[in-house]
Amino acid sequence: MAEVRLEQAEKRFGDVTAVTGIDLTIHDGEFVVLLGPTGAGKTTTLRLVAGLEMPDHGRVSIGGRDATPLSPMERNVAFVFQQYSLYPHLSVYDNLAFPLRSPTRRVDEATIRHAVERVAKLLRIEQKLQNRATRLSGGEMQRVAIGRALVRSPSIFLMDEPLSSLDAKLRAELRLELKHIQQDLGATVLYVSHDQTEAMTMANRIGVLDHGRLVQIGSPREIYESPRNIYVATRLGMPSINLLPLSAFPSHPAPTGTRTIGARTEHVAIARGNGGAHARVEWVEHLGDQNHLHLAIGEHKLVTLVDPDLDLSVGDAVDIALQQPLYFDADGERIGG
Amino acid sequence: MSGASTAHSVVEPSAATKRIAAFLVILYAVITMVPLAWIFATAWKTPPDSIAYPPKVVFDPSLEGYCNLFTTRSRQTQDYIAELGPPQGTCDTVTRQREMVIVGPSNYVPRFINSLIIAFGSTFLAVSLGVFAAYAFSRFKIPLKDDLLFFILSTRMMPPIAVAIPIYLMYREVGLSDSALGMILLYTAVNVSLAVWLLKGFIDEIPREYEEAAMIDGYTRLQAFFKVVLPQAATGIAATSIFSLIFAWNEYAFAVLLTSGTAQTAPPFIPTIIGEGGMDWPAVGAGTTLFLIPVVVFTVLLRKHLLRGITFGAVRK
Repeated sequence: MAEVRLEQAEKRFGDVTAVTGIDLTIHDGEFVVLLGPTGAGKTTTLRLVAGLEMPDHGRVSIGGRDATPLSPMERNVAFVFQQYSLYPHLSVYDNLAFPLRSPTRRVDEATIRHAVERVAKLLRIEQKLQNRATRLSGGEMQRVAIGRALVRSPSIFLMDEPLSSLDAKLRAELRLELKHIQQDLGATVLYVSHDQTEAMTMANRIGVLDHGRLVQIGSPREIYESPRNIYVATRLGMPSINLLPLSAFPSHPAPTGTRTIGARTEHVAIARGNGGAHARVEWVEHLGDQNHLHLAIGEHKLVTLVDPDLDLSVGDAVDIALQQPLYFDADGERIGG
Repeated sequence: MSGASTAHSVVEPSAATKRIAAFLVILYAVITMVPLAWIFATAWKTPPDSIAYPPKVVFDPSLEGYCNLFTTRSRQTQDYIAELGPPQGTCDTVTRQREMVIVGPSNYVPRFINSLIIAFGSTFLAVSLGVFAAYAFSRFKIPLKDDLLFFILSTRMMPPIAVAIPIYLMYREVGLSDSALGMILLYTAVNVSLAVWLLKGFIDEIPREYEEAAMIDGYTRLQAFFKVVLPQAATGIAATSIFSLIFAWNEYAFAVLLTSGTAQTAPPFIPTIIGEGGMDWPAVGAGTTLFLIPVVVFTVLLRKHLLRGITFGAVRK
């Protein structure tokens, strides 16, 4: 494992700038998740580290060594793809052995067998070793794909939404497994996701990308509690943060320059008739352990979580009190952050 | 009308439709197979039976066609034949009944071997070149890619025979006339455009992630090509090989023009099998029957591969 660093990395495809000015250091043993919507440059960043793309500017260093001119095979990184992750013409065993059989490594078959069996055990796929790669369930396929990365000792694991093609239950299981394995091995991981749960639960640090730029990087807690701007704030939180103009809360004391108030569930206190902003219940979604409450403040909408015991129904008038919400200026930048 | 209808699917054709379809398919198959059946039958006829009118559908099978195909014979007097020792094998007996003796082998076997060398050689070359070119067109940024691809395809737009005379003159100048190498190069040139286009389609279907994964796993691009791309292009390679082989195997016009002796292939040779008083149709039938075998065997061998490839694609998507 090694420290991986991107310095001022830029990559364009024709007229499209995929990423620009990326400065990112992934420390040895750290799990960094890149979060952002499709087209934000997450995958390009990963491919720059892997050497599948050459940066137009900037450099990539792995373990303190400049890796910019190196080909993928010289970088000793491991990559787990979102799909098409296994060689379909090979058995599970041969898939796992494939990296070790590369002409550059020259590992003898006994060592390969040992390594493959160790990884198979770790990922609980010992029974499947002789299967063809195409005769596996989606979860097993991704396990094998992760195994193929684990079978050697790469400087960094690069994972491009490896769990996104799985169903929710399997995704939750593998998420946990992956995090455990990473901790046990002390592996350095750069993980691309658009799933905030994955980011929150697995990352040591989350990097938020927008239009090819790294907008903010920090611990999940920092990103959640102190987003730099509206864009970052909307990346995390379920239900998503409510963005309301200051005018919706005329009596709320906000810092000067505030244009928008960002109110997450925990910033909103719901009560009947305590003199705050006047709102009306538009809809209640019952999720079992909690309720999603859809409110209208004048023409503005707000969604928050409430205790299911709180007996509210459509049409009820409620009062809203904001408790230390986030304030954003006219450019969407956070005030007091 | 009562509700006596049995359960039936809207998607599945009805039993009656299926029967009509089956009848039409069988009818078509029979019509297309009549000439083939006629050739097979002719091969087993005697020369008089083969040209009898009205045509003989029922006849006594004879090995004369096959014997004539593989031998050259000369006419002798009955006295001369009577003085010979006992006949050596069936063909000797059949030949002597026609007051002839076998004087040596015919050219069929060497022509057949020429066909094998030229057809398989050019197929191997065309598919090998094609798969590399197709990979390059599929994966790399190539200036004027579309124009180049169109140019490659355009070599197939004109009937090859249109350039027969220039090629004949060129071949004569450079000494490629009547040589196996010349024919291999010619058929390769014709087939490589087909190979590039067919294989490009197949390689486009193979996700790049496989090669990228292999390159990250410690292989060079070329190694990844052999280890990962080729096995997955097997279906396309099989299909392309079959098309190329069938063209090269059956090609007649260039073979007539450019080969006459040492490099002559079977197609121009077979119609030249002359018996006494005209074409030796049973020998032609026998030569044609045997000529069909390699392509049929090759296709049947690869058929399994083709079918497996097709189902693979269906599962993967």
